[in-house]
Amino acid sequence: MLVNITSILKNKKADILELWMKNQLSNPGLADDLISNQDLRSQSKELVNALVNSLNENNIENSNSSDFDQVIEILGGISISRARQGFSPRETGFFILSLKETLLEILNQEISDVKELFVQSLRLSRLMDNFTILTFETFIKGREEVIMRQTDEITDISTPVIKVWDGILALPIIGTLDSARTQVVMENLLQEIVITGSSIAILDISGVPTVDSLVAQHLLKAVSATRLMGAECIISGIRPEIAQTIVHLGIDLSQIITKATLASALQYAFKSLRLEVKRSATDTKLFNKLQY
Amino acid sequence: MERIPILKMGPFLLVTIQIDLYDRLALDLEEDLVRMVEKTSAKGVLIDISAVTIVDSFMGRILGNIASMSRLLDAQTVVVGMQPAVAITLVELGLPLNGVSTALDVEKGMALLKSKMLFEEEEDEQEDDAGIN
Repeated sequence: MLVNITSILKNKKADILELWMKNQLSNPGLADDLISNQDLRSQSKELVNALVNSLNENNIENSNSSDFDQVIEILGGISISRARQGFSPRETGFFILSLKETLLEILNQEISDVKELFVQSLRLSRLMDNFTILTFETFIKGREEVIMRQTDEITDISTPVIKVWDGILALPIIGTLDSARTQVVMENLLQEIVITGSSIAILDISGVPTVDSLVAQHLLKAVSATRLMGAECIISGIRPEIAQTIVHLGIDLSQIITKATLASALQYAFKSLRLEVKRSATDTKLFNKLQY
Repeated sequence: MERIPILKMGPFLLVTIQIDLYDRLALDLEEDLVRMVEKTSAKGVLIDISAVTIVDSFMGRILGNIASMSRLLDAQTVVVGMQPAVAITLVELGLPLNGVSTALDVEKGMALLKSKMLFEEEEDEQEDDAGIN
């Protein structure tokens, strides 16, 4: 006699949900601070309903069947929302794997013939395994989206162009310079030069961890573009070890004005704009008094 | 035929490019400008390209050529008002226009040309003084 696996599951829908919930809650790794029991139950109920309703004898072998679109959609939604909420892969994995376990347990209760049980379990396992793989794909995609968004945010926030004086812009660069970032840095800088009409730009690289020939080339490009716009570009914040690397790599920065600190770059900028910074008269008096 | 006007302002020539240059126009400009420098014995050439939004390697080369030719005729060239996109394109094309002076706008370009002229005169005077002594 052929056992109808789908009708068994359909009849046992309530039992499946209860057993699955029990299995999930008994797992010590459950992150109950991230999701309430109620939410978990409604998520689980939705998935069990969709799965059992769309399952029939024809599509059990074929997880790509369009009958499962709803199941896949729910699974995708759950795993993406879990990825964003910061669930660990283990927790998300356990969610779907415990459903498989539950279904097999139900089959075990219902089918007495050992051989038949094995065959049906295998079919169901295969289907659930495919769903597991799908869940993980979506989970990782969700995590990657988070990472991509953060990368975009970092590129946006890490390149502020600061107007330090009338006609002087400073641009502190934090983190590694790759070609995509250089592009953003360069565009921001040139745009700001046009807006403020500044004639001097200071690129401060004290936050750049390493300078290799590629980074140096990017810097040279930024400097050339600034010069073409009609402004002067100073590179400051070169640490001793970076100076060593630059010379050892044989990179020629002799065409560029370089300064050790932002302060000395600013001093140079003041000088070329013929500005003078002085201690005010009263302060000088006070200073002299304090000294004697 | 379309031509780009070259204006004489005291010892300087002012060229304002208001349209995107195509090759023929750029070549004509190069020729007209060199003739004009010779005719007026100008000391400086100011090219305003603030309205130019598209640039290619040919245009970059023409700018470089104009600067080199003017220098042969004893005139300084200053390119002013380059758009950020144009600057980035030129750098990416590997044409940093090293021989050309640049300034942000026409006003600053004029100031730069004047300071260059003063500098040259001072040098001349110093040489003259040295000659006398």
